[in-house]
Amino acid sequence: MIDEKILKNEEKAIFSLRSLYKKYGYLPYKMSKFEEYELYIRNKDFLVSDRIITFNDTNGKLMALKPDVTLSIIKNGEDVSGYKQKVYYNENVYRVSESTKHYKEIMQTGLECIGEIDLYDVFETITLAVRSLEIIGEKFVLEISHLGILSAVMSEISNNEIFSKKAIDFISQKNAHDLKRLCEEYEVEDADYEKLAVFVKSYGERKQVLEELKGVCLGAAKQSYDEFCEISKMIDECEYSDNIIFDFSVVNDMNYYNSIVFKGFIDGICDGVIAGGRYDKLMRKMGRKSGAVGFAVYTDLLEQLQNKKSEYDVDVVLIYNEKDDKIKLKNEVEKYIENGKTVSVQKSVTSNLRGRETVYFGKENKDA
Amino acid sequence: MLNVALPKGRLGEKVYAMFEKAGFECPSIKEKNRKLIFENEEKQVRYFWVKPSDVSIYVERGAADIGVVGKDILLEYSPDIYELLDLDMGKCKMAVAAPKGFYDDSERTLKVATKFSKIASDYYSSIGREIDIIKLNGSIEIAPILGLSDVIVDIVETGVTLKENNLEVVNSILDISTRLIANKTSFKFKSKEIERLAESIKEQIK
Repeated sequence: MIDEKILKNEEKAIFSLRSLYKKYGYLPYKMSKFEEYELYIRNKDFLVSDRIITFNDTNGKLMALKPDVTLSIIKNGEDVSGYKQKVYYNENVYRVSESTKHYKEIMQTGLECIGEIDLYDVFETITLAVRSLEIIGEKFVLEISHLGILSAVMSEISNNEIFSKKAIDFISQKNAHDLKRLCEEYEVEDADYEKLAVFVKSYGERKQVLEELKGVCLGAAKQSYDEFCEISKMIDECEYSDNIIFDFSVVNDMNYYNSIVFKGFIDGICDGVIAGGRYDKLMRKMGRKSGAVGFAVYTDLLEQLQNKKSEYDVDVVLIYNEKDDKIKLKNEVEKYIENGKTVSVQKSVTSNLRGRETVYFGKENKDA
Repeated sequence: MLNVALPKGRLGEKVYAMFEKAGFECPSIKEKNRKLIFENEEKQVRYFWVKPSDVSIYVERGAADIGVVGKDILLEYSPDIYELLDLDMGKCKMAVAAPKGFYDDSERTLKVATKFSKIASDYYSSIGREIDIIKLNGSIEIAPILGLSDVIVDIVETGVTLKENNLEVVNSILDISTRLIANKTSFKFKSKEIERLAESIKEQIK
């Protein structure tokens, strides 16, 4: 049996997440630490950072310590008619840390559903994402956006790529003032600015967002809008529906993601801990015909959740003398452990170790 | 409790007055002392004075829920935050300045001295000009005078400092003003307070 008390937040979460994903028929995916470097170079925009640790294999091939898991899962899978590959992983990835600018080993957990997927699979993934959040923290929010709606409305307004890129950046920052200036600069009509501004101003309660979006999604965006309405209805029936909101500031890379994307937040962690969505475009880029949806849990962020700091390192510091009977000492230690206490056997009291109580073993020590 | 990072100095004091008007007052902040953190339990607000260029760090990392910062800092460091309002204060320009009579010889790499290396690189790469960035932390104006650089990229408010150092603006890069920013997670869990505050400030700047 594992004593849960000794587990850190992130360790506890990883165990529970694995068990959750397994219940829904996701199988564990194990992979090598290394992958051919070429895989990442072809898809470097998909990666959080394009800095990768590389080395030459014995045959001279340039290899990389994997910075990502999803690309490998797609590369190693194949399209089988009528089948959906459902896997979860729990792997170390190697990336440059944004804060230290040095390489860091990051534990990442996630799941992918690849194959002939439909709205049910997207719904199942959303459900699992929100349940993952519930495992990690008490207060949580999963926010969902639909890139199909955003890109359809955007293409109705302008075909200028620079404009679209900048406008999407401002939407992701909830920055209506600079979006307005950008529209003025590119001579976008006021009515079209108002359409884009809906994506900044409209967020939160799902029904309200859908209502506000209605007028914007009459043209090319209608199909995606209907899908968004349908997923909202499904979410209504889900256990944590109050924690799931709509927010268009979630903008994953549109070259890879399409349709529904989401991000999960936990109170007390300054950045999103879950990110995912539907990424059929990445599948096409990698020569796969089927669709895919999945998410990653950034388990390294979980250490930001404050564990109750213990005032003591161990329950008992047992001080002994070299002349003491070692067998009796060992028995004494066992006795404490049997009573559920942690014991550290030491020769003297030091400030390096904080014991709830200090016990001197044998008379000689007591006199010391 | 809403945690607010304010930039030390006159601008921060002006912004505090707006927050106060919005109903987030904290009288102890006006006491003359060297304290940096001030709290009003009743209004559930805590202010702290930080170096202006550090505000976005406090907000991005979640030590502050919201903060007030110049657009120059946001462009230079690209923090992952929400930018909720343009406060229409602290207005100035990011510009390229050079000694009077400067001629840009396009056959040579242009030496650019600046505190804002990202803004400068972004600007010159957008116009396809090869440059050599010299990152400085202050007194940028003397770099071209001493031959350390050809031009500088810096904030220009009145233009007096440039004039006194015999420099002039050769290109404007962008307009700068003060912005209200929010941490993305805080925005999810304290949305009512943040929206109420932003709405009231928006009314004040109309």
